[in-house]
Amino acid sequence: MAPDQPRILVIGYGNPGRLDDGLGPALAEALESLELPGLTVEAEYQLTVEDAALVAEHDVVVFADAAVDGPEPFEFRSVEPVAGAGFTSHSVEPAGVLALARELFGARTAGYVLGIRGYEFDEFGERLSAGARANLEAATRFLERLIRRGGTGLAEVASRN
Amino acid sequence: MADNGTKRIVIEPVTRVEGHGKVSILLDEADRVKQARLHIVEFRGFERFIQGRPFWEVPVLVQRLCGICPVSHHLAAAKAMDRIVGAERLTPTAEKMRRLMHYGQIFQSHALHFFHLVSPDLLFGFDADPAIRNVIGVAAKHPDLAVQGVMMRKYGQEVIRLTAGKKIHGTGAIPGGINKNLSIEERDFLLKDLGQMIEWSRGAVKIARDYTLAHLEELSPFGSFPSNHLSLIRSDGAMDLYHGNLRAIDATGAKIFDQVDYTRYYDYIVEEVRPWSYMKFPFIKSLGPEKGWYRVGPLARINTCDFIDTPEAEAARKEFLAVTGGAPNNITMAYHWARMIEVLHAIEKIGELLHDPDLQGTDLVVQGQRQSEGIGLIEAPRGTLFHHYRVNENDQITMANLIVSTTNNNEPMNRAVEKVARDCLSGRKITEGLLNRIEVAIRAYDPCLSCATHALGRMPLTVRLFDCEGRIVDEVSR
Repeated sequence: MAPDQPRILVIGYGNPGRLDDGLGPALAEALESLELPGLTVEAEYQLTVEDAALVAEHDVVVFADAAVDGPEPFEFRSVEPVAGAGFTSHSVEPAGVLALARELFGARTAGYVLGIRGYEFDEFGERLSAGARANLEAATRFLERLIRRGGTGLAEVASRN
Repeated sequence: MADNGTKRIVIEPVTRVEGHGKVSILLDEADRVKQARLHIVEFRGFERFIQGRPFWEVPVLVQRLCGICPVSHHLAAAKAMDRIVGAERLTPTAEKMRRLMHYGQIFQSHALHFFHLVSPDLLFGFDADPAIRNVIGVAAKHPDLAVQGVMMRKYGQEVIRLTAGKKIHGTGAIPGGINKNLSIEERDFLLKDLGQMIEWSRGAVKIARDYTLAHLEELSPFGSFPSNHLSLIRSDGAMDLYHGNLRAIDATGAKIFDQVDYTRYYDYIVEEVRPWSYMKFPFIKSLGPEKGWYRVGPLARINTCDFIDTPEAEAARKEFLAVTGGAPNNITMAYHWARMIEVLHAIEKIGELLHDPDLQGTDLVVQGQRQSEGIGLIEAPRGTLFHHYRVNENDQITMANLIVSTTNNNEPMNRAVEKVARDCLSGRKITEGLLNRIEVAIRAYDPCLSCATHALGRMPLTVRLFDCEGRIVDEVSR
């Protein structure tokens, strides 16, 4: 890893046991297999508070999740730290993780959300729909290109969305 | 609405698969609260999903149920599968590795709930603006506490990673045992931060204790009522979060049943279906549905046990019970204090286990005479978790029945909501204060709706107020 290369973290999250909700972890698996330099990959069911500590150790974080709506094959945009109120869920939204990373660890990590469009969510099952698989492939190639360029262009691409 | 009746809520552009809470409050002719109900949409598809799957896959598959307590499902299923493979008694290494995994789960789950979901209520008050009454508010005003919460959660996750193989979707527990031991390097890695974790756990008990005692007059009636309590218990009466027999007590502490072999739970516990709720209502068979409902989880466990077998948690338990003169504590908000006593107990147990050379043993699996039915119970962070399976001659699952902790607490959560509504509703308006208090009462139980339910979207709390003719007169969502 070059000394000036940004430390990039991709967190793919969702439940692979609930059909297309597993798109995030599937993306994490695909990226991990590419062994890209300077990249840390995490797969999780959902974002939680301790992700803030990991995020704080990186210059860039991409939160990759399934999207039940929105553009196909995926949407990529930047996300800013925002405090959010919880009810009973133990999960945190990307903006909340960034806010915690900033408040607790003084991090200035740049955050992006990659919402990969899925179609089937309403039952248990460890498979992706055909459409979701195609969208996953497109999202993987997109992110791979940007990461191989050392993260250059992430902000520009996100700002166009 | 989806075909199965669950509500679909979309967050742009990403979504989470979780549950949601909906409260309906029905008024009478005089606009007094007649009834309040907490609706939780339970998705039963999982039990069908695993039918036909080989039994040895089940401890891994069940972790798909929940992103927060996968370890509890992993271990309860593994315990059930121990029976299927005829493993009556695990090797010391296998049982202690599983216990270490479980205490790691208890530790991280309780710490997360307390520091990041409950502490805003306690530090800022029930009436504080929700824009401040959240984890970021705590991070800004009490950064030391917020960091402790993150680091305690992280430590528990590391215990899980080193015992289960991964932080999520671990494979450590297998039918009849475990697939790895703990290396010296792994042990030393965990020992490094043990002292700090113990210190922070003591501090967490103190925060919960001091808060409860300082606000006892206000908290005692809040969402509270006398109830039965149920948990697993060790044969000598000690709290045991991993294994034991069932004990149920009533609100005065009298035993309803004791040292019941949990593989016969269905002789003692019945699940009632009510037409307005997808989630079942379990009750103690001998008492019937009206009087037989019970609470599970930290409060119940402190109430049912005779003692805790770690010194600091036992001292904390005695102090806890002194508030009620030794009788069971039925204060709903006391769940938080009880939960922190369990955090202290869990880290004490982790310390004991890390110093036990059995964790480096190599005898990991036992088997015996193959059985066709397996039942496994465990005290999950939120309460007693039941897993029950039948397996055919081809090793395929033919029947699965799960009673998750949140289902066990269904009736008490409903009662807590109704109590708060009766005490706090005035007129035909859902005020911010009422909404806050309903949230606080439900949160005391730490319900894990994502394992009890299935719905798409964020987890909002929606409260609807109906007049005596069933018309909605007010509705508020968080």
